[in-house]
Amino acid sequence: MSAVATYTLRLGDDALVAAQRLAGWISRAPELEEDLALANIALDLLGQARSLLTYAGSFDGRSEDDLAYLRDEREFCNVQFVELPNGDFGMTIARMLFFSAYQYLLYDRLSGSADPTLAAVAARAVKEVAYHRDHAVQWTLRLGDGTDESHVRMQAALEACWPYTAELFESDALTREVAAAGVGVDPGTFSPQWASFVDGILKEATLTVPVLPARVTGGRRGIHTEHMGYLLAEMQYLRRSYPEDTEW
Amino acid sequence: MPETAELAERFEATLAADQRIEPRDWMPEGYRTTLIRQIAQHAHSEVIGMQPEGNWISRAPSLKRKAILVAKVQDEAGHGLYLYSAAETLGVSRAELTDLLHDGQQKYSSIFNYPTLTWADVGAIGWLVDGAAITNQIPLCRCSYGPYARAMVRVCKEESFHQRQGYEILYTLSHGSSRQKAMAQDALDRWYWPSLMMFGPPDAESTHSARSMAWRIKRLSNDELRQRFVDMIVPQAEALGLTLPDPQLTWNAERGHYDHGPIDWEEFTRVLRGHGPCNAARMEHKRRAHAEGAWVRDAAVAYAAKRSVEAVSVA
Ligand SMILES: [Fe+2]
Ligand SMILES: [Fe+2]
Repeated sequence: MSAVATYTLRLGDDALVAAQRLAGWISRAPELEEDLALANIALDLLGQARSLLTYAGSFDGRSEDDLAYLRDEREFCNVQFVELPNGDFGMTIARMLFFSAYQYLLYDRLSGSADPTLAAVAARAVKEVAYHRDHAVQWTLRLGDGTDESHVRMQAALEACWPYTAELFESDALTREVAAAGVGVDPGTFSPQWASFVDGILKEATLTVPVLPARVTGGRRGIHTEHMGYLLAEMQYLRRSYPEDTEW
Repeated sequence: MPETAELAERFEATLAADQRIEPRDWMPEGYRTTLIRQIAQHAHSEVIGMQPEGNWISRAPSLKRKAILVAKVQDEAGHGLYLYSAAETLGVSRAELTDLLHDGQQKYSSIFNYPTLTWADVGAIGWLVDGAAITNQIPLCRCSYGPYARAMVRVCKEESFHQRQGYEILYTLSHGSSRQKAMAQDALDRWYWPSLMMFGPPDAESTHSARSMAWRIKRLSNDELRQRFVDMIVPQAEALGLTLPDPQLTWNAERGHYDHGPIDWEEFTRVLRGHGPCNAARMEHKRRAHAEGAWVRDAAVAYAAKRSVEAVSVA
């Protein structure tokens, strides 16, 4: 696969797996408004995933569904962060805060990509992600500065997520190559902006920025957590049970 | 203050002129409680209905279908919200109605007590269940209570999308491989009869119907609505190339309608009384989500209270 295709696939897998997780909240949210909001965010992420996978697949003649349904675990290159189970609502909000803040900075830069398809996808996505980030910020404030229980739960959620966030900003030969060509973004370049945004919100929410070492990672190389296999088993089972059937 | 008799006369005159009763208008207590019961049951149905279809979001067979299904279930949450708002204009809160549902004092449509066993069930629900809902709700757009009628206008538009999407799922399956077609037929076999039951008991045995008709809450009887529905789906089933599991289904040229076979009202009653395949699971899921969300709702209330204290002390 070309560097652009692999780079696009990484972003597409992040969005797809995040959408799959978030959609798991539908009918389980703390209130009906949140069922709507989380479904809406899942739908945006799924839309981003579809555009990105379609583009990634166009390089070697695969469809979005070929990529989503017919790859094995080791071929998925999303960060581990997005595949973790939802946990409680606090955990979901912590993940959305970290992830949407990351996606916002990423898409904002990517909208200036020399690759017109990536630029167009990013320009649309950045507007969606601005809403996701705002939603996560509002809830971080409410949970952090709500009740004693919500404060404790939110702090615990931040700490559970934190070690996985480092992977979002890893640079490697591929990110450096696409960044040098002006088509992609090296995520390491915007990690200071991410950190200062997150710091500001957590302080306002009376929460503490975790001081925890980053976990050993590998999502970009297809090394996942044990949760990933189950996520894919569920997502892919029907399609794979009917290998002859491509129309649904 | 005008006398009650005078108010009642005005209420009757509004109905007779086929105009809308609005929240500020006087209304008989029975009218109010009937509407609360019906709108709440309708709202609860939208919300509980998210479960059987939500059951297939994680396993939808293509990303396009997954997106359509998420959007559909999201619409149902939206319908729940409009309907709870319509009920709130009658002086009850959503929280009270939710408690009544959780305590088993209010019901939701029995159709959602059947399981979604295969992907084709998502198609069958869209086509038949949303189709039956539209048949029921189109006359409700002219219901005498303004907020309910207006909520129904918005809901009906979205339901007709849902029905088309469900039909399209079944059409794709029934024109696909033999396994896909068998999956579609099996779903139809299981959802056909419960969807006919959605219109409620036959007119002769329907307890609330006459009064609701007089109040112009209900415009057509259960059997009339069921007939409309059957007349609509028979040609659609033919176009799908699927067989409705009703050997007695025949065109009655004299009546200009299809005759259908006898409905198993005993099964309807059993499911209604709580003994359907999923009654316990649906309520357990709903109560658990509500209980697990309590700390989140409490936090939102506490946070808002802190903000309003700050706003006051700044002012
Ligand atoms: Fe609905
Ligand atoms: Fe619907």
